[in-house]
Amino acid sequence: MERKNARKAREIVTPGEVLADADECRPGDNAYELDGKIRAGIMGIKTYVQNAVSVIPLHGCYMPVTGDTVIGIIYDLGPSNWMVDINAPYPAPLHVSEVPWKVEFGDTSRFLSVGDVVLLKILMVDESRKIQVTMKDSGLRKIEGGQLVTIAHSKISRVIGKSGSMIQMLKNMTDCRVFVGQNGRIWVDGDEENVAVAVEAIKMIEAEAQLPNLSDRVENFIESRLPQSGEDEEDTDIPADREESQ
Amino acid sequence: MSGHTDMTLVNDEGIRIDGRRCDEKRPIKIEAGVLKNADGSCYLEIGKNKVLCAVYGPRECRPRHLQDPTKAIIQCKYNMETYSVSDRKRPGTDRRSVEISKLISEALSNVVQVELFPRASIDVYIEILQANAGTRCAGLTAASVALADAGIPMRDLIPAIACGKADNHVVLDLNKEEDNFGQADVPLAIVPSTDEIVLLQMDGNMTREELDHGLDMAFGAAHEVYDMQKAALKKRYSEIEKKEGATDE
Repeated sequence: MERKNARKAREIVTPGEVLADADECRPGDNAYELDGKIRAGIMGIKTYVQNAVSVIPLHGCYMPVTGDTVIGIIYDLGPSNWMVDINAPYPAPLHVSEVPWKVEFGDTSRFLSVGDVVLLKILMVDESRKIQVTMKDSGLRKIEGGQLVTIAHSKISRVIGKSGSMIQMLKNMTDCRVFVGQNGRIWVDGDEENVAVAVEAIKMIEAEAQLPNLSDRVENFIESRLPQSGEDEEDTDIPADREESQ
Repeated sequence: MSGHTDMTLVNDEGIRIDGRRCDEKRPIKIEAGVLKNADGSCYLEIGKNKVLCAVYGPRECRPRHLQDPTKAIIQCKYNMETYSVSDRKRPGTDRRSVEISKLISEALSNVVQVELFPRASIDVYIEILQANAGTRCAGLTAASVALADAGIPMRDLIPAIACGKADNHVVLDLNKEEDNFGQADVPLAIVPSTDEIVLLQMDGNMTREELDHGLDMAFGAAHEVYDMQKAALKKRYSEIEKKEGATDE
């Protein structure tokens, strides 16, 4: 069935499927070698990077990596820390020493309470997957207003696009402030109508992530929903939001 | 194995009561990604068996004392619905479902790369909607498809199928009558890339030669089931592409 797409890079493989001979190339991400054959270690799309063959996952949970910017939701308070849900299999404590405010012991609830949404950076992940997060970096803050969209984290790179092209287009055409967290959460803020279109566009990117010409499709979609955009907002102010780069 | 019957399970031409030959398995239907709220899911039919499987995780392990600091644990729950058998099945866990849950979880631990997720748990829920012998094989087959669908790193899928003995014939993939009134039931699950055995049980008696013959058939059939599992997983994506491809033109 994948024969129709002649391009090698779009082949979907299942766990255990043979990707290549081990003497041709070496196993990359999510691939392993067994008896002279390289096999897939996850369900995903087979790709070649230099002489390594690897698999890009189609689904899966978010695994935090040091330096990632993520959007978290506070779910518990301690006297000297907040517990943040960052969409990972592990709890992420945010210590009072990692926030930009001076917090007295036991006074955490004055700053952040349960249900608050925050922009965070992963400070450290150790080998037993204990996570530390920080809010002490430029642009990291508590988020108020706007709308939060959650998509599969594996589709985040498509929302950002090549060197940020997709996200830039989304921002320009809908005139929204958009922030993309690596954990699959996206925050959109702006005019009510525009936000609704932006959210729909993001959902569309998630649903059609593996299809070609995604940017054109999304552009057409937004144009059909917001006919006035595109022309008069060609060179208007690009929201001064921080750009995610990855 | 338990009962006795005057029924002829395999006739003189080697045809079984449901019209199959001795080396024939029941028709199989596998569908991946049927449940929206689960991370991964699978619906499987083999003959009259109907199995639904949902996978969640890896997620934080609860209760905490079950956590393993070196690897993820696989928590499996095999459950038969009250309406799955001809008499009403008393709901809830019983000895049999605890045993099968443990077997399936151990079989899956062999292929899932559990060491990537220390302290986490991967939860597998298997619901038997309709039972007609061979539900542990059906459940395990469905569970491995659901795990792959959830995007959990694993070395391979696990196909499972049973062989056994009925009316002195070695048969493949026993149905309910053969299971109840036959002489042996041998469920088998393998890792197809290495042909490792991850589940093998025997209920009843067979000679060594009969077992060898039965396992040969089961190995061959398991590889066929494996191809169906792969096809089911890929079908999910080819359908999206086909639909979109049509609107493109």
